[in-house]
Amino acid sequence: MDATQPLLLAEGITKRFGALAANDHVDLRVMPGEIHALLGENGAGKSTLVKIIYGLLRADAGRLLWQGRAFAAESPRAARRAGIGMVFQHFSLFDALTVAENVALSLDDAGTAKDVAGRLGDVSRAYGLPLEPAREVWRLSVGERQRVEIVRCLMQDPRLLILDEPTSVLTPQECEGLFETLARIRAEGRAVLYISHKLEEVRRICEAATILRGGRVVERCDPRQETAGSLARMMVGGDVPALRHDHMLAETPVRLAVSALSLPASDAHGIALRDVSLAVRQGEILGIAGVAGNGQDELFAAISGEVLSPSVAVAIDGVAMGQADINERRRKGAAFVPEERLGHAAAPRLRLTENALLSGHATNGFVAQGMVDRGRLRSFVDGVVRAFDVRKGPADPEARALSGGNLQKFVVGREIARKPGLLVVAQPTWGVDAGAAAIIRQALADLAEQGSAVLVISQDLDELLEIADRIAVMFVGRLSPAVPVTEASRESLGLLMGGAES
Amino acid sequence: MRLVMEKRSETPLWLMVVSPLIAVGLPVLAAIIMFTLLGKDPARALYVYFIDPISDSWGLQEVAVKATPLVLIALGLAVCYRANVWNIGAEGQFLLGAMAGGWLAVITHGSTQGPWLLPAMMMLGALAGACWALIPGVLRTRFGANEILTSLMLVYVAEYLLDYLVRGPWRDPGGFNMPQTVIFEPEAVLPLLMEGGRLNIGTPIMLVMVVAFAILMGRTLKGFEIRLVGEAPRAARFAGFSEKGLVLTVFAISGALAGLAGMLEAAGTVKQLQPGISPGYGFTAIIVAFLGRLNPVGCLVAGIFIAITFIGGENAQIMLRLPLDATRVLQGLLLFFVLACDSLLLYRFRFVREARA
Repeated sequence: MDATQPLLLAEGITKRFGALAANDHVDLRVMPGEIHALLGENGAGKSTLVKIIYGLLRADAGRLLWQGRAFAAESPRAARRAGIGMVFQHFSLFDALTVAENVALSLDDAGTAKDVAGRLGDVSRAYGLPLEPAREVWRLSVGERQRVEIVRCLMQDPRLLILDEPTSVLTPQECEGLFETLARIRAEGRAVLYISHKLEEVRRICEAATILRGGRVVERCDPRQETAGSLARMMVGGDVPALRHDHMLAETPVRLAVSALSLPASDAHGIALRDVSLAVRQGEILGIAGVAGNGQDELFAAISGEVLSPSVAVAIDGVAMGQADINERRRKGAAFVPEERLGHAAAPRLRLTENALLSGHATNGFVAQGMVDRGRLRSFVDGVVRAFDVRKGPADPEARALSGGNLQKFVVGREIARKPGLLVVAQPTWGVDAGAAAIIRQALADLAEQGSAVLVISQDLDELLEIADRIAVMFVGRLSPAVPVTEASRESLGLLMGGAES
Repeated sequence: MRLVMEKRSETPLWLMVVSPLIAVGLPVLAAIIMFTLLGKDPARALYVYFIDPISDSWGLQEVAVKATPLVLIALGLAVCYRANVWNIGAEGQFLLGAMAGGWLAVITHGSTQGPWLLPAMMMLGALAGACWALIPGVLRTRFGANEILTSLMLVYVAEYLLDYLVRGPWRDPGGFNMPQTVIFEPEAVLPLLMEGGRLNIGTPIMLVMVVAFAILMGRTLKGFEIRLVGEAPRAARFAGFSEKGLVLTVFAISGALAGLAGMLEAAGTVKQLQPGISPGYGFTAIIVAFLGRLNPVGCLVAGIFIAITFIGGENAQIMLRLPLDATRVLQGLLLFFVLACDSLLLYRFRFVREARA
């Protein structure tokens, strides 16, 4: 193949959703043997563009050239046949089937699982992606599941591999493994389209970058010649305010204590909590790091009271509350922000005022004699909207009408507005743009400064290193002792995330 | 060209208003086609169906009498459906209410009682309906049994129970072996609103309930809880609401309303118990609840509208010799179009041109 001819060329791709132009005349040029970064904040149009390339969406206008020829994938199947493979952020694997069965199911020229197992072994060895074909998927770690997805793509011998936020679920060590695999893929002349918001890794492994903002291409650059700061400015279109936070390591009173908490897994694929202990002090932010699915959800549910535990296992301000339901814990001064915004923290089709009632009906004086005080709800929501700069359009929209970042500001703001003595928040800035993330992190830091205890559960190690005073790591239901962030290193935390003994 | 369905982020107000109008307009159109195919003059048929019943006092009273049980039952069903609880056994709960209220009327027959009798019959009717509805409720919360099946099957149990009672222990000894109870004493019959009319106090009771339920669903924490459990169960747990408790509550509420409706029907319109006491009110009320958008005031409007088609259907049988099935088809079309319009509210339909390759 001619190395000067682009492998994929997109010209003037436009895609509208109602009034919103998700892609507005987007041009993209991916050369063979290139790892090409696609950068942009959430909602900048990255997913829309790759979905068009992969045949999941159709462009309203514009054209794609694949190896110099006009091309429009009718379906992902057609895209795969042309030589385009994609690994999504959310995996599409059947938990109950083995690795080989999953791969056999997805291959278009499917053989039996036994035939596939042999080829699978070859591919996984060739690219340094160790896998056991006979293992059931539910036994695999998130990193291993991602390997299955990547191997599955590679078995179809793609010319272009699209990876959507591949490192967001990996430990630092697993990331290194992935980068080695990508280097081998590139060495074979295959191209990678790499979506990520981790700018340091983009600078390390990508040799070209296309930056989207508001559906338009705003910049094309060689990330190796840029700094993380300059890339961030291109994405955001301005400076992101730096966090103001002094690390606190004083022996203040303990506001949340979890003591020797063990809980069996709620179902076959859940994680059992094993002897988890932690203490969050007044004025401090304790961070819990770990790869997703290592018991963080279970820990959150036990602390919030959605799942009950032995009474002494969870204590708020010195009072045993393991058997208290979530509203009793709220009345004791605790507030909670779960990971899932829509469907857990907020009801998608209820209005913002109703979603304020959702978590505040027991504590905020919204209800008198069973009747809802709508005036008070409205003024409460107005206060949250002002304090957290929630962009919401109509006066009282349904929760699902807000963008992810704005809804996240609302669900965090709704809890902080109560000035809780204890705030437990999971993935505070998951899928949120840089501006909103800065507002949320600053609010958490300010809350701690005012004397509250804040527990942050996050997969984003960089975030925790920035805002937490101490960090503990979760791995298969166990929690490591918390270490002061000043003494923690990415490497030591990464080892703990991968299961090494501390 | 290709048709795509996109989820709306926000439903515009005009569509909320226009959608039920379409839901009524399209079946009328379908009805015109049906009448034409049956060889009837569609204009006259529509007149008989929709205008005749409300053109005189007799018709209006009939409509109100029919609408009363429909709206009462639909109010309760709407609460259930809002909570994602699929009680479709209101017909059985209605019959149990009629039987429990009727039982008091039967055993006190021939003796003089005080003014306590009617309120007691109402309480008993509501209680019996609630208990009957709690059976599928408990089966679901305790054993995970599907309430659609259990509540429906209990309808048949209730029907045969009534059949047994009016042929056996409660049969009117002077009734020429007909399967029916005695005619209730005047004390056990609902007072009429005006002399010589058909309207009884059941209708104002129904109107009070509409207002009460509008307040319950719109203004109270309980109403919020009901909507939240149906809308987002996980968020409801996060709000600290118990789903099991709520399932039982809404079953009890809807059973009580259906039972009350059954008792009012027995003591008001029929004045005795007999197997044919309900022309399927419990099932038709499902249509009423959905046509009313699961909203209490909507249920009132929809109940009146469906009642008109009932009376119109009877008129059509007499005046146009149209079969009863034609009325049923019409009501079925209504529900079908309501559900179709629901999709219109939630989704936006668009034709898109293919991208140039």
